[in-house]
Amino acid sequence: MDLLRFSTAGSVDDGKSTLIGRLLYDTKSIFEDQLAAVEDASARRGEGYVNLALLTDGLRAEREQNITIDVAYRYFATPRRKFIIADTPGHIQYTRNMVTGASTAELAIILIDARNGVLTQSKRHGFLSSLLGIPHILVAINKMDLVDWSEERYEEIAADYTSFAQKLGVDDLTFIPISALLGDNVVDESERMPWYRGSTLLHHLEHVNVGAHRNLVDFRFPVQYVIRPDQDYRGYAGRIASGTIRPGEEILILPSRKTTTVASVDTFEGPLDEATAGDAIALTTTDELDISRGDMIVRPLNLPSADTEIDATICWTSEQPMEANTQYWLRQTTRETKAFISRIVYRIDVDTLHRDEVKQFELNDIGRVQITTAQPIFFDRYQLNRETGSFVLIDPHTNNTVAAGMIRGEVKTVDDLPPQKSEEVLRPVSPDVVWEAWNIDLAVREARSGHKAAVIWFTGLSGSGKSSIARALESRLFEAGAQTMLLDGDQVRHGINGDLGFSPGDRTENIRRVGELAALFFRSGSIVLCTFVSPFQADRARARGLVPRGRFVEVFVDTPLEECERRDAKGLYARARKGEIAHMTGISSPYEAPESPEVRVETVGREVDDVVGELVVRLRDLGVVR
Amino acid sequence: MVLKTIEGHLRQLESESIFVMREVAAQFERPVLLFSGGKDSILMVHLARKAFWPGRVPFPLVHIDTGHNFPETIAFRDRLVEETSAQLRVGSVQASIDAGRVKEEEGPNPSRNGLQTVTLLDTLAELKADVALGGGRRDEEKARAKERFFSHRDRFGQWDPKNQRPEVWNLFNGRRNPGEHFRAFPLSNWTEMDVWQYIAAEEIELPSLYFSHRRNVVKRDGVLLAESEFNRLLPGEAWEERTIRFRTIGDATCTGATESSASTLDDIIAEVAAARETERGGRSDDKRSEAAMEDRKKLGYF
Ligand SMILES: Nc1nc2c(ncn2[C@@H]2O[C@H](COP(=O)(O)OP(=O)(O)O)[C@@H](O)[C@H]2O)c(=O)[nH]1
Repeated sequence: MDLLRFSTAGSVDDGKSTLIGRLLYDTKSIFEDQLAAVEDASARRGEGYVNLALLTDGLRAEREQNITIDVAYRYFATPRRKFIIADTPGHIQYTRNMVTGASTAELAIILIDARNGVLTQSKRHGFLSSLLGIPHILVAINKMDLVDWSEERYEEIAADYTSFAQKLGVDDLTFIPISALLGDNVVDESERMPWYRGSTLLHHLEHVNVGAHRNLVDFRFPVQYVIRPDQDYRGYAGRIASGTIRPGEEILILPSRKTTTVASVDTFEGPLDEATAGDAIALTTTDELDISRGDMIVRPLNLPSADTEIDATICWTSEQPMEANTQYWLRQTTRETKAFISRIVYRIDVDTLHRDEVKQFELNDIGRVQITTAQPIFFDRYQLNRETGSFVLIDPHTNNTVAAGMIRGEVKTVDDLPPQKSEEVLRPVSPDVVWEAWNIDLAVREARSGHKAAVIWFTGLSGSGKSSIARALESRLFEAGAQTMLLDGDQVRHGINGDLGFSPGDRTENIRRVGELAALFFRSGSIVLCTFVSPFQADRARARGLVPRGRFVEVFVDTPLEECERRDAKGLYARARKGEIAHMTGISSPYEAPESPEVRVETVGREVDDVVGELVVRLRDLGVVR
Repeated sequence: MVLKTIEGHLRQLESESIFVMREVAAQFERPVLLFSGGKDSILMVHLARKAFWPGRVPFPLVHIDTGHNFPETIAFRDRLVEETSAQLRVGSVQASIDAGRVKEEEGPNPSRNGLQTVTLLDTLAELKADVALGGGRRDEEKARAKERFFSHRDRFGQWDPKNQRPEVWNLFNGRRNPGEHFRAFPLSNWTEMDVWQYIAAEEIELPSLYFSHRRNVVKRDGVLLAESEFNRLLPGEAWEERTIRFRTIGDATCTGATESSASTLDDIIAEVAAARETERGGRSDDKRSEAAMEDRKKLGYF
């Protein structure tokens, strides 16, 4: 018999408690005294039926408020499998609990009320499940009894959700139409939905492939405890995070980087020939080395990353908001070190998947940050290894766990470009398209051109001088032998963006396409100069997110409106003042100035050449050109 | 070289429990293991031996003795302690009563379960324990379903179910301020069935009380109470010899027996599989109110 841990999520009243109650009831995991208590409670509440939902509604406070507020664990077993359910509530304020419940799950059940269809919450649950790396997602379309067991409705919801889930890169997505209340397709096949030929929910749970995501390749053994009964024995106790190990194999200890050989793999029952991910063992080594808790034992030819600069997605789990530059404890595997959040890259709106620029995270916020640790930690990307890719942050004053984090990688230096794969989550993708790696490495292109690829993004009011400066700068770079490209507002609106107007929505789309274009030219190794009013912070942030850190140079051409209006090279301001142009930035549409651009230049009373000179110096500082 | 005998879910549960116990030993300075004499705490001792083998179990066993024990429990405890060369510390409820720390309940079979809390907290304070390992399982009772592996208690030993630290992946946060302590529950994910299956697979010895035997009992409020020096008959009641066994072992005044002819572990597993009542269903103190357990937990009950 094996073990499947799964989580459940649904909006309030989608029927999650009823479904769990039904699973427990139909698999005979409920005892008479529990059932009697529920019958009692149902009667007291004046309900005309036995409310199975009450079986799982835990604490008294919740019962009083009639809602579930925390993660609760339930257990049941069939002859094939033991199941552990992490029952997590789905409303927004409890994202934290969903993350907790999903962190150890291999499958997520997402409930959808057939009457309501795919709601924002249903997407949020899917997003969080995929973020936490749950390999199997089961969408239970519930309350089919209330939509007349309609196949059409089922297909409609399934299609809707499928198109959303494609953006998330979910490996395994299954839909099952059910009625939790009446039991249809939960444990027993429904006679009322003959059109559905798939398996019942329980059958699916019993047969889904477990352990497939376990990493059996990369041996990682975080030392948990040193067993030293006497002078003759020194065993390094721990649970293998991933991979396998045998006596006689060569190993390397981090952080000391000393190598030695495994003498034995010990358990209470005796030494083992081989131990695998998940096994609690004690290793002994042939050489006496100084190894302690927090060290990691690996193979010399298969090392994890070791770094103090980490790029991570975190979920803030504390009522106390994040504080910049506060020292937290970071706990990852068995290692603990001081750490601080060195940069907030963005917050993800879990409903729209948009990125927001924020100054701090509050309870239930999720987003991308950079963390600096006092000691190096040894890790793999969360997507490759849940055990070594996860961490928590602990507040040193309250000792509360304030964040749960998933490592995306080390913070790359300018010379060391990260793959952009994980970005896809936030970019639209056509159906049935799979990401392929770039054919020629950017580093190779750069080696040939002799400079780095970069996107130089000029933002500022119309008439601020963006284009003149960018044109002069491009000429200067080109003459020096650089590979360059200039993308200008008026040019892209001929052709590629010729279908767009100037409404806020169209402006956003305009910038989105330009950002993607710039990212493509960037990939060709070019220095891409973009000159767009790009008045909205969020749009610029998105473009920034498409290229690696350090390669996006935002240049804020900070010319006062009066000056721009005085110059009015294209006569636009005059026309806008007369009301002939709608949505004129600065006049009838806002301009959100960048808060921390890489470069801010003033133009009043300055020559273009002077500004260009300043920019060239900055580009040198940033390592783009020599 | 040996191959492990247990496989699948039992092996995963075992490995998880060992991991938690080692984590406790590593993160805390003065752990103790709460030993009630029941099968769950016997299992805990078994797993602790595995976790630290070939070293000794690095924490003492603490028994909160209500004074209302079946003699078999104490005999078994002392033998186990000797065998594992573990240290034993006994906290006595009787002593707390004598010292005026708590007051005995009135009535025909005064339960001392409620009183245990005070003795427990006093004993932990005396030992300067910063964490107490308990054999609690989440499947036992609704309130336990939300319990963490590492459960934080405030200075007054209280549990705040609404303000628990999130427990993500296998990262347990045992950081604490002076005066605060923890309960740790390595068996959180085991069910009663898992425990029995594991005991059978590992051939773990249990007190004879768990197996069917003849004993004098009286049925009161639907619970079969065993004859002992602590249980007095009410007017109109009489002792009656029946074939029974115990599904949990605790205070003799409130632990109910089950009529059963299960005399081997296999019999018991078959019985558990067919059971229609939770283990605690046989404990008269849990019946007092639906939320009884939760109330006691908030106060520091293990
Ligand atoms: N008709 C119908 N009602 C359902 C079904 N599943 C749940 N319900 C009802 O929907 C309401 C909310 O269910 P509950 O399980 O408490 O939802 P939760 O908030 O997701 O746990 C209750 O009144 C249930 O009886 C179903 O399949 N069909």
